[in-house]
Amino acid sequence: MTQLVVIVIYLALLVVLGLTANRMFRGTASDYMFASHSIGPFLLLMSLFGTTMTAFALVGSTGQAYRAGAGVYGLLASASGIVHSLCFFLIGVPLWTLGQRHGYRTQIQFFRDRLNSHAIGYLLFPILVFLVVGYLMVGVLGGGAVIEAVTQGAFEPSGWFASTGFGVPSWLGSAVICVVVLIYVFFGGMRGTAWANAFQTAVFMILGVVSFVVIADAIGGTDSFVEDLRVASQQVDESQLRRDKIPKPLFFSFLLIPLSVGMFPHVFQHWLTARNANAFKLPIVMHPIFIMIVWVPCVLLGLWASGPQSGIGEALAEMDPHDRGNAVLGLLVSTHAGPLLGGLLTAGILAAIMSSLDSQFLCLGTMFTEDVLRSGDKDERDDRRTVLIARTFVVAVVVATYCLSLVLPRSVFDLGLWSFAGFTGLFPVVFAAIYWRWLTAAGAICSVLTTIGVWFVLFIRSGFGANPGYSFPEQPLSLTVVTIPPLHPVVAIFVASTVALVVVSVFTKRPDDATLRKFFRPRWRA
Amino acid sequence: MRYLIWMLVLVLIILHQDYWQWENATLDFGFLPRALTYHIAISLAAAIIWLLAVRFCWPDAMIERELEDQDR
Repeated sequence: MTQLVVIVIYLALLVVLGLTANRMFRGTASDYMFASHSIGPFLLLMSLFGTTMTAFALVGSTGQAYRAGAGVYGLLASASGIVHSLCFFLIGVPLWTLGQRHGYRTQIQFFRDRLNSHAIGYLLFPILVFLVVGYLMVGVLGGGAVIEAVTQGAFEPSGWFASTGFGVPSWLGSAVICVVVLIYVFFGGMRGTAWANAFQTAVFMILGVVSFVVIADAIGGTDSFVEDLRVASQQVDESQLRRDKIPKPLFFSFLLIPLSVGMFPHVFQHWLTARNANAFKLPIVMHPIFIMIVWVPCVLLGLWASGPQSGIGEALAEMDPHDRGNAVLGLLVSTHAGPLLGGLLTAGILAAIMSSLDSQFLCLGTMFTEDVLRSGDKDERDDRRTVLIARTFVVAVVVATYCLSLVLPRSVFDLGLWSFAGFTGLFPVVFAAIYWRWLTAAGAICSVLTTIGVWFVLFIRSGFGANPGYSFPEQPLSLTVVTIPPLHPVVAIFVASTVALVVVSVFTKRPDDATLRKFFRPRWRA
Repeated sequence: MRYLIWMLVLVLIILHQDYWQWENATLDFGFLPRALTYHIAISLAAAIIWLLAVRFCWPDAMIERELEDQDR
């Protein structure tokens, strides 16, 4: 019950934050969608980091380290530290500048203008929505599952929810999360979202470190923190310290996954909120450090959980092998940290989930408003009407997402990685749109079609995501001079997309000179 | 300087693929697996390189020109 009370207090705080942000709302569409482009370096750092770190950063990293060992940090975290900042620098800053100059509010407006083509917008819109919704599902379902797991037994005295062990059922947990996020996105718009992201990012970073110290003390059992660390690490099997369970080709493949950030529509919207270009400097520099602060404790906890002194070995052994990974962090906390810290850590996990959900909901509302309803609208914009439409669409998106989460199977957890792979396939389009004059509308359209085509074929071949270890080529492919090993599907999607973009652009008509002058007069250099 | 920094980014990406120590099970400082220590160093190096990049490769001139054009 203590955990439930902590979660309720935390969610109430978020609602208050959203309502407070609403008091600063200026009533304009720019303020609702982009916080009047007023976000400074610190808020931009916190909101970008919170948006790109999902529940996977806390729960998934611990579970993956439990399964695959210490190499998980290099596989997922240090790669993101390099590539995310690269995307902020090479994609974010130019898009912010072009957005300021030409008044873009969505990626699609930029692509339509840059390629002088409405077709690219009609094609990209459903694909971006489809990929974002796949990503959203992970958060909505994940949040419900976390609440159900940690509130087990809370309602035993009243006899409620017996079918879910007297815990809050996941469908109800997901609904509560959706409602809370909806309230602060509806009332607070982008300002409320940025504030909530900053608050939630601080919450999950601080609570992650606190949990780490408490659990290290419990497993180590000495008076010295450093000695606790040594005892906890030295009880782990040596195979967990090596990287036997991570194939080298997979390690290479995962370097491409973080490129997805360059095409996330919700990250694009956060970029546009920046007060000025210099606001990007702090996020670019600090992003790798923030990833390290969150991931290193989680990876060590996952490692320790695999050792005989973790105190959770028996509980894990009784579980379905597929559920063990996601349960590791919760079990460590409930076994070693007590209900209060357990409740706080759950709040931290929900923080990580909601700090991504809010931006995704808001960006889908913005895309519907700008790219569907207002497409081709040249009239002076009625701000109040635009805000009303955006809010209506945010509500519709939340309701639709929640309903979809009720009917989709739980295996959609694996869809997160597939969603990232799709966005990575679209990365060559945005990169070429900024840096390559020869990019043509036909080249971009073929690249997008190739991405989605290859994505679907490989997704079907993987049993609709049911086989998380699916690789392509499925067997080593021997060419005359080289053998291509099985790689994560993202590599095939990315390569096919790039080849289609380059080949078709070279053989088709370039945009006219006026369009090129609009985007390429100044070189992207200091 | 700009080319040197972009070269450093490339070197960092190559160094990230540390296949030569796949089998290394050393615990640095008695508690940090080498696979983790090495990639913590990669994260710190990334932050330093990005610090150099925003200092020496920042496209100030381009941003100013673009925004001046907007004001006209």
